[in-house]
Amino acid sequence: MSELKKKVEGITKESTQAMIDHAMEIYPDKAKKKRAPHLAPNEGEGACVKSNRKTIPGIMSARGCAYAGAKGVVWGPIRDMVHVSHGPVGCGWYSWGTRRNLMTGINGVNQFAMQFTSDFQEKDIVYGGDKKLKTLLAEAHDLFPLAKGISVLSECPVGLIGDDINSVAKVASVELDIPVIPCNCEGFRGVSQSLGHHISNDTIRDHIIGTREFAEPASPYDIALIGDYNIGGDVWSVKPLLEEIGLNVKAVWTGDGELEKIAATHTVKLNLIHCYRSMNYMCRVMEEKYGIPWLEFNFFGPTKIRESLRKIADHFDDVIKEKVEAAIAKYDPIMQAVIDEYRPRLEGKTVMLYVGGLRPRHTVNAYADLGMTVVGSGYEFAHGDDYERTSPEMPEATVIYDDASEHELEEFVNELRPDLVGSGIKEKYLFQKMGIPFRQMHSWDYSGPYHAYNGFPVFARDVDMAINSPTWKLVKAPF
Amino acid sequence: MSAEASVKYVTEIPEAEVERVAAWINSEEYKEKNFARTALVINPPHACQPLGAELAAHGFEGTLPFVHGSQGCASYYRSTFNRHFREPAPAVSDSMTEDGAVFGGQNNLHEALENAYVIYKPKMIAVFTSCMPEVIGDDLTAFIRNARNKAIVPEDYPVPYANTPSFNGSHIHGYDAMLVSILQTLTDKKQVEGRCTGKLNLIAGFDCNTGNYREYKRILKEFGIPYTFLADVSETFDSPLDGTYRPYPGGTKLEDAADSINGKATITVAPYSTAKTFTWIKDNYSGVHASLPTPFGIAKTDALLLKLSELFGKPVPASLKAERGNAVDAMTDAHQYMHGKKFALYGDPDYLLGYVSFLLEMGARPWHILCSKGTKKVEKELQALLDSSPDGKGCKIYINKDLWHMRSLLMTDPVDAMIGDTHGKFAARDAGIPLFRFGFPVFDRVNLHRHPLIGYQGAINMVSTICNKFIEIRDETCDDRHFEMMR
Repeated sequence: MSELKKKVEGITKESTQAMIDHAMEIYPDKAKKKRAPHLAPNEGEGACVKSNRKTIPGIMSARGCAYAGAKGVVWGPIRDMVHVSHGPVGCGWYSWGTRRNLMTGINGVNQFAMQFTSDFQEKDIVYGGDKKLKTLLAEAHDLFPLAKGISVLSECPVGLIGDDINSVAKVASVELDIPVIPCNCEGFRGVSQSLGHHISNDTIRDHIIGTREFAEPASPYDIALIGDYNIGGDVWSVKPLLEEIGLNVKAVWTGDGELEKIAATHTVKLNLIHCYRSMNYMCRVMEEKYGIPWLEFNFFGPTKIRESLRKIADHFDDVIKEKVEAAIAKYDPIMQAVIDEYRPRLEGKTVMLYVGGLRPRHTVNAYADLGMTVVGSGYEFAHGDDYERTSPEMPEATVIYDDASEHELEEFVNELRPDLVGSGIKEKYLFQKMGIPFRQMHSWDYSGPYHAYNGFPVFARDVDMAINSPTWKLVKAPF
Repeated sequence: MSAEASVKYVTEIPEAEVERVAAWINSEEYKEKNFARTALVINPPHACQPLGAELAAHGFEGTLPFVHGSQGCASYYRSTFNRHFREPAPAVSDSMTEDGAVFGGQNNLHEALENAYVIYKPKMIAVFTSCMPEVIGDDLTAFIRNARNKAIVPEDYPVPYANTPSFNGSHIHGYDAMLVSILQTLTDKKQVEGRCTGKLNLIAGFDCNTGNYREYKRILKEFGIPYTFLADVSETFDSPLDGTYRPYPGGTKLEDAADSINGKATITVAPYSTAKTFTWIKDNYSGVHASLPTPFGIAKTDALLLKLSELFGKPVPASLKAERGNAVDAMTDAHQYMHGKKFALYGDPDYLLGYVSFLLEMGARPWHILCSKGTKKVEKELQALLDSSPDGKGCKIYINKDLWHMRSLLMTDPVDAMIGDTHGKFAARDAGIPLFRFGFPVFDRVNLHRHPLIGYQGAINMVSTICNKFIEIRDETCDDRHFEMMR
């Protein structure tokens, strides 16, 4: 397994800056001035780009909204709750089953991966939707008696017409005797999905955390898995590994998550956080309020998994340390076999990434494990602390982009001609038309899991499949 | 109560209770409760207006769809088309945020127009709204006029715009609103007294099957009828992979759209998703105007061909007459696999009417017909179709119901198959029946949008898909003694 490549032939600070300048030539002056600080060659430390600022109107950004961050990311994956998209029909429809946060249970019985909406009509905008909300909460409880709670996720109109979902939820909570959580995550709030994560974390803090306790006695090995959303079954790969090293995974936030276990997380001994961006807020709250330490880890690719397992072991006694070493010894040869199979086909290939929460930095080393180098990376909705964590992972002077526009990505890819682009559905077909292999790295492109030891063979196979598909040889017609 | 007694512990739902509820949600009692809902909508199979507006915009040459509203909306619409077509869907938004709520969205709209015009070099920018500007009451007419006054876009640059509030209607109404605005904009002052292009203007409505568009064109070619296909998304959403990315790979030529007002005839084959557009065309376009049902099945295709023949004074070509015979042959050969089979259907009104017509032609029974965003008018029209055939007896229409209602119907009054879109797959699985993905969107199968459903060819496709699936189920489920060479 491999060391990160710190230099890429042909890429210098000057060449990257020239590429950025060229991409921006087309912009009107005002847009140029606003975009310039968001694009830079990697400096190896610190946040080299500005981030978490408003998207420039009209530049074809890939960003979503606060509602998307609340419904799609934080609340939606909790399986035993009814999540109501409060407002017109669209938002809930678009986010219905489109993130791949898989769930255990029987749909409509004890698992609710469905589209619940108040389906606002003109009259609800004029007269307000509070009454309708009150009625629908009772209907939801009546039709789905095993739902452990209901979240009310506001869409744009709710905040604009001055509805008071908080008081409706409060009354309903008492009447129905289940938690009803109001979440003011209207899409116009903030600059991206990121505020939706934060608002959702705050509502979990205010309404959920500390309201339950685990019935079984506490153990020194109780932990919570935070910020894993079970995309393509990631949690089902991570949880068994954590259990194999002797830890009790008491709750998962929020992939395949269960409300009451989340409510009891304040009793664990350590929070292990995967997606820092979307859930560092709650880790900090639990640290301050309940004294629970938290640890960032990375389960992409054997090098980082090994490193992370040892970091985790440092928080525990020799029992865990021994189990960690046993696990590493057990899986290393299996991972080496995966590398032996795929690395010869991928050695020296380059990748550009443009994704969300943590993947633009966390997956860098997984590619390195396969002999590949990431030559450009960036985030849709990151903050400065994400970029600080990214710089050391990336090779010198490679391009870093924040809230990249489609035009910028197209220019960079044209210039760098990577062997693979890893980004989202909106970018996928653009680059494939260009003849560039692509994998969706939000949804694992309908594959997965990619996390932990069970995920790496799938990841390696998928990357190989994308790059070495014989269809790419057919792109140029012989006439 | 002691402090300890007040601690709430994490609970597990007993297995027996899960089983009880799992059985209960399939019951008649549950169905009644479910149908008594007045506020909660569960699994509605329709989207909001702006999605349709974006589709209409994509149907024109060099056109950039432009969402006036929150940026998340644009990402949702684009992703939906990306997933269904597996193609790019470039569109911008003006990213309104909190300050837009206070000051209105004009600054955002102007800045976005300037950037989009310069960066993405569209020939037309089609503006439509999502919730926020609709709720705060932005005045698009004034905003866009001001943009021209400020020279953000040239005076004669086409910027059609449509109000497409998501809290009203569905995607088909947004399609209609955007399309009429585009046509109004492009044809403005283009009507020439006495001029006739000699062409047919065809409008397919909110149709996300690129194969259908190509089939319409092929039919017109067989006829030798010159045409302008308005809002033609066939090249936009089925473009070649040849190493070059083209942001605007297709769409109706703007000059053809402009001249369409001088057409010989205009036909819409989607009365429900182009109602406003057609009304406006009737009042403003030269030539003859006709509104026909979407041509699913034999009778509706016949009607289209007869209308074309009538309008252009040409006999139906022998090739199409032969094709009709081929389709009838295919349907007759396969009839035994569909006759008497009960179907559940849901979708947009134009498609639903088509399914019903086709199924009745096959002797199948469109047993549960559900339209999640319907009107009395569509209900009446569906009922008339049912009344026209003995196989329509006992079939029921459900207007403004959703797929959770549909699930209750499937569990209490079972059918053999369902026709709809990907969203019905959970209900179909619970009911143990196949789902035919003829509607929009299809997120979980590849290349289906390339297979036409309209016309005689479409009828052959539908009958083959349906019957072969039934045969396949028989092969997969029969015992060994009944596993036969022939079916």
